[in-house]
Amino acid sequence: MIGARIERREDHRLLTGQGKFLDDLDMPGVFEAAFLRSPHGHARILGIDVNAALDLPGVIGVFTGEDIRPMMKPLPAKVAHPDLQEIPRLPMALDAVHHAGEPVAVVVAISRYVAEDAVDLIDVDYEVLPAISSTAAALAPGAPLAHEGARDNIAVHVVQRAGDPDAAIASAPHVLSETFRVTRGGGHSMECRAVAARFDTATGQLVVWDSTQAPHYARNALANLYDMPEDDIRLIAPADVGGGFGPKAQFYGEEAVVPWVAMQLGQPVKWIEDRQENFVAAMMERTQVHRVQVAFDDDGMLLALKDVFEHDQGAYVAGLQVPMITLSTVPGQYKIPNIHTELYSCYTNMVPTSSVRGAGRPQAVVAMERMMDRIAEYLGTDPAEVRRRNLIQPDEFPYKTGLLFRDGSPQSYDSGDYPELLRGVLERAGYDAWRTRQEQVRAQGRLIGIGIACYVEGCGLGPYEGAKARLTNRGEVLVTLAAAPQGQGYETVYAQIASAAMGLDMRYIRVVTGDTGRIPFGQGTFASRITATAGPAVLQACRALRDRIFHTAAIMLKIEGENFIFRGDRVTVPHDESVAVTLQQVTQVANVGKHGITLLRGVQPGLETSSYFAPEQAAYASGTHAAVVEVDPETGRIEILKYVIGHDCGTVINPLLVDGQVLGGFAAGIGNAMYEEQFYDDAAQPLTTSYLDFSLPSSAEVPPVELFHVQSPSPLNPLGAKGAGEGGTIPAPAAIANAVEDALRPFGARINELPVTPSRVIDAIEGGGS
Amino acid sequence: MEPDPVTRRATHVVHLTVNGEDRGGVAEARTSLADFLRRELGLTGTHLGCEQGVCGACTIIVDGAAVRSCLMLAAAASGAVVETVEGLADGGELSPLQRAFRRHHAVQCGFCTSGFLMSITAALRDGPVETEDQARDVLSGNICRCTGYAGMVKAVLEASAETS
Amino acid sequence: MKPAPFTYHAPASAGEALALLAEHGDEAKVLAGGQSLLPLLNFRLARPGHLIDINRLPGLDAVERTPGGWRIPALVRQRTAERSAGLAAAAPLLADALRQVAHPQIRNRGTVCGSLAHADSAAELPSAMVALDAAMTIAAASGPRQVSAAEFFQFHLTTAVEPEELLLAVEFGDPGPGTYTAFEEFAPRRGDFCLAGVAVTAAFAADGTVTRCRIVAAAVAPKPLRLTSAEELVLGTTLGAAACAAAQEAAASQVNPAGDIHASAAFRRKLTGVLVRRALVKVRARKEDGDGA
Repeated sequence: MIGARIERREDHRLLTGQGKFLDDLDMPGVFEAAFLRSPHGHARILGIDVNAALDLPGVIGVFTGEDIRPMMKPLPAKVAHPDLQEIPRLPMALDAVHHAGEPVAVVVAISRYVAEDAVDLIDVDYEVLPAISSTAAALAPGAPLAHEGARDNIAVHVVQRAGDPDAAIASAPHVLSETFRVTRGGGHSMECRAVAARFDTATGQLVVWDSTQAPHYARNALANLYDMPEDDIRLIAPADVGGGFGPKAQFYGEEAVVPWVAMQLGQPVKWIEDRQENFVAAMMERTQVHRVQVAFDDDGMLLALKDVFEHDQGAYVAGLQVPMITLSTVPGQYKIPNIHTELYSCYTNMVPTSSVRGAGRPQAVVAMERMMDRIAEYLGTDPAEVRRRNLIQPDEFPYKTGLLFRDGSPQSYDSGDYPELLRGVLERAGYDAWRTRQEQVRAQGRLIGIGIACYVEGCGLGPYEGAKARLTNRGEVLVTLAAAPQGQGYETVYAQIASAAMGLDMRYIRVVTGDTGRIPFGQGTFASRITATAGPAVLQACRALRDRIFHTAAIMLKIEGENFIFRGDRVTVPHDESVAVTLQQVTQVANVGKHGITLLRGVQPGLETSSYFAPEQAAYASGTHAAVVEVDPETGRIEILKYVIGHDCGTVINPLLVDGQVLGGFAAGIGNAMYEEQFYDDAAQPLTTSYLDFSLPSSAEVPPVELFHVQSPSPLNPLGAKGAGEGGTIPAPAAIANAVEDALRPFGARINELPVTPSRVIDAIEGGGS
Repeated sequence: MEPDPVTRRATHVVHLTVNGEDRGGVAEARTSLADFLRRELGLTGTHLGCEQGVCGACTIIVDGAAVRSCLMLAAAASGAVVETVEGLADGGELSPLQRAFRRHHAVQCGFCTSGFLMSITAALRDGPVETEDQARDVLSGNICRCTGYAGMVKAVLEASAETS
Repeated sequence: MKPAPFTYHAPASAGEALALLAEHGDEAKVLAGGQSLLPLLNFRLARPGHLIDINRLPGLDAVERTPGGWRIPALVRQRTAERSAGLAAAAPLLADALRQVAHPQIRNRGTVCGSLAHADSAAELPSAMVALDAAMTIAAASGPRQVSAAEFFQFHLTTAVEPEELLLAVEFGDPGPGTYTAFEEFAPRRGDFCLAGVAVTAAFAADGTVTRCRIVAAAVAPKPLRLTSAEELVLGTTLGAAACAAAQEAAASQVNPAGDIHASAAFRRKLTGVLVRRALVKVRARKEDGDGA
């Protein structure tokens, strides 16, 4: 079962239009919400008049920040730091707004159309304040404050050091420095965010449907805000969530406001975020400016790395996970004895940032891998060779980088085979042949470039993930995951793992996900962690359930000391399959029972098991990408001629689905590398609020990929699994930038800003830098 | 038509043939065809990803042509013959295109899938899709954030070969 | 993102449509294909009180052959025009341009006249029509009037059509014998609005020299821009490499585009020149292949 290429169970309903995304759910009598959002990057709210909105026929209620004061508490940062200058992030603005798009009021009406009409009728009196629209503006001497009353615009300043980087740089034979800038993009799940809620007066339970990656995290947040016991809130991530990619793993004000107003009104309410809102309210990522120094010897051996970077945290700190990940991802696959990484995380007046597929890693890889190319250029050595010399070797695991990872533990790579990844990528790309061809066509004025980028990805994070397994009244095994999928095919993958754990055919196993009413504890789908955490939990819960089923069967069959097996839905023994009980019979005895009749002696009733798996530390996936591009020197158009991905996520459970994760992540990486860019003007007004201005790559832009796997099983979990969701994304911007700069080498042009657009290419050619 | 009793706004009667059946309902003038299908007719397989005419999730077939249902008004569409994702499978039997999507893992979250299926269905009626470039061209009017398109390219080529 | 409320009208005749326009004037918007209008309504950037749907007007949905030319009435979808074999043979420039308008799902619904009436400066069809020296027929209560494409486009999103008027059709003459055309554009992704585009028509004399030429740029000015300095340089030449290169340079120096988030001004300027050269080279290649109109 594990390793089998199995078609997905989810697909039939999705292919026939029977999927159950939140807005597809039939909720009789539900009213619809729309939010009034700040039009300014930074302003004081002097007054709000909602009377005209309340008078509009069809409006059920209008709530401002003042109206929801009883639950108005700051939403805590997901990942904090002792030095964090924390500024409260409120569910809805009270007396000031700090980014365009921040929720100011909510209207509930008979339809979204009428709700939007009413939003237009709300009159807010703002006093506009100076806004911060970049990290440079945030850090400028005498800069205005993104938040009035703050100490400065620095959310946190963190330094990590290993060895003695200053001395190493001072004494190194060669030192190169450069500044790289990576800009904002977004998650852009095709389904935007969505929340619906209904308070059930009969049971006193608040039921919330939330298009989230982290149902238990959202449930816990609500329980805290509303001061309710966790059992009184049932939060369900619908079976179908239309993509996540990070932004849906965060908790937002809208998620707090919608259930609250449903309770206040005593009516079911839903809010379906539209795309325009998504552009100004869903969290984004990526803007970082890296000032990198590398010190190396005559052979290109790395002696020291220093990377000081600015991170655009946006208007609030929803979590420091992204820049904390960047801090320790920079060294990647290389042995670097002396390291200094330093973060300035800045408050700005733009949409808060948090994890987007890649989560701080693509920027780190840009910083490191762009410098590896510069070292090669400086020494006149082949860039693949410079990398090869510096790689951590397979016999050096566990390898400690000397830095701390975002999970708080000393970063220790558990396993990998980086030389094999590089070798495999070069071979499949036809690297040497392309180098020859590059020379040949340069003579004709054509520009071909080859770029390589390597990465290590801390993934499979703790604290834990859980699963339950139960034999149901129908004689099927029901596996309940706390985690919720957004397209990863959990109903299939976890049935595969359960099937392998039990030796039971998948057809008798069903998987349900993402409902806090079914399983009390969980964390959520983020940081490519689920296979490595929920996977072992399912494995353990299902093994335990199997043992208990066999134990019951032994008593029912009155045989002892036998090795039981499953044959179809029957529990039997290998040498005589006529000796058998069905799962249906087992559940009748052990679970359903007969009122008042004593159970068979020795049977333990209640065939249900649960397991929570807590990894001791992050697992480290890795990969290497190679891109061959041709650049049109007249138009700046970049054509990708060849792209190879070598990927190591440990044990591959279902190759069909893992390939899908990598290739999907790659498309996002191409977007980051070449197309996606969120612009703001100097007043922090968003300039890209539709897909007419913000470019997601289509099938015509994403090239074919040759993908291969190296499997270095992680010793940290019984499946040997690591994360697969982000490896397609992480090194793509660096690989493309390296390839384009390599193509432009005859011009000496520098590609220091991503995405690499045609306009930037031409400006780089004409200006010799970007 | 009588105005809506709550909003007191004018409404329009909309008659459509949807997946071969006569369907009717009432819509305010500004109601998009997508919202009418989803809310009035309960056909929630058609999804809204942007309401800007770009992402393609809402693509359906109207009078034989693939169109964005977010960029049509229900009132203006009255009388049209409409095909949606719900009409693709014959009974419970998936169409060759749907089967190929499943085989090649061209579906992940599935939110954009309906729009892709309708765009491709219309394109395949115009003629076979025989090369990877043609397949990528056919797919390029819709956006998927999950799959990277590789499975879809294979699925289009295979479905085309099977049906033409 | 749902439109603000409006009153919907579906007139059955042009007369009825004009009467509604006369009544509602500035308060009204005309709905044909809706592929530009509906996004504006959804964004609530346009909030007309009245929407006048002309899709039920009879006799406006087919490409027509006229004596000496072609007429594309108001309800001809872009996809219909693109697939008209006669039109493609007579005016390959238009077919070239149409294929680069968005995606088929948009062209299936969007009309040729709708794109012209919307007059987005980055759209393909306006510059193609200027290159074809087309004329627009505008219906008014006082009777129809014709304006040339050059006069029709006034500014980004602004045309000669008055609020109480209706664009009824666009017409252009058959290109004379020995006329060859090309439409070249640069768009970041397939189906995007272009960062720059160039439409070229050139008529050649028997000796192979260019006798008439129109070079029109899109997306580098508030309306389609004739690159007269480049046109002058190719007249009388055989479109050899030197003439094409000279035209490239002249075009780049004539345009004065604005920079924006998608492209710097310098990039747009360079691109315009490059596209002019490439279009001219293509015209010459088509002439050599006899692949013209």
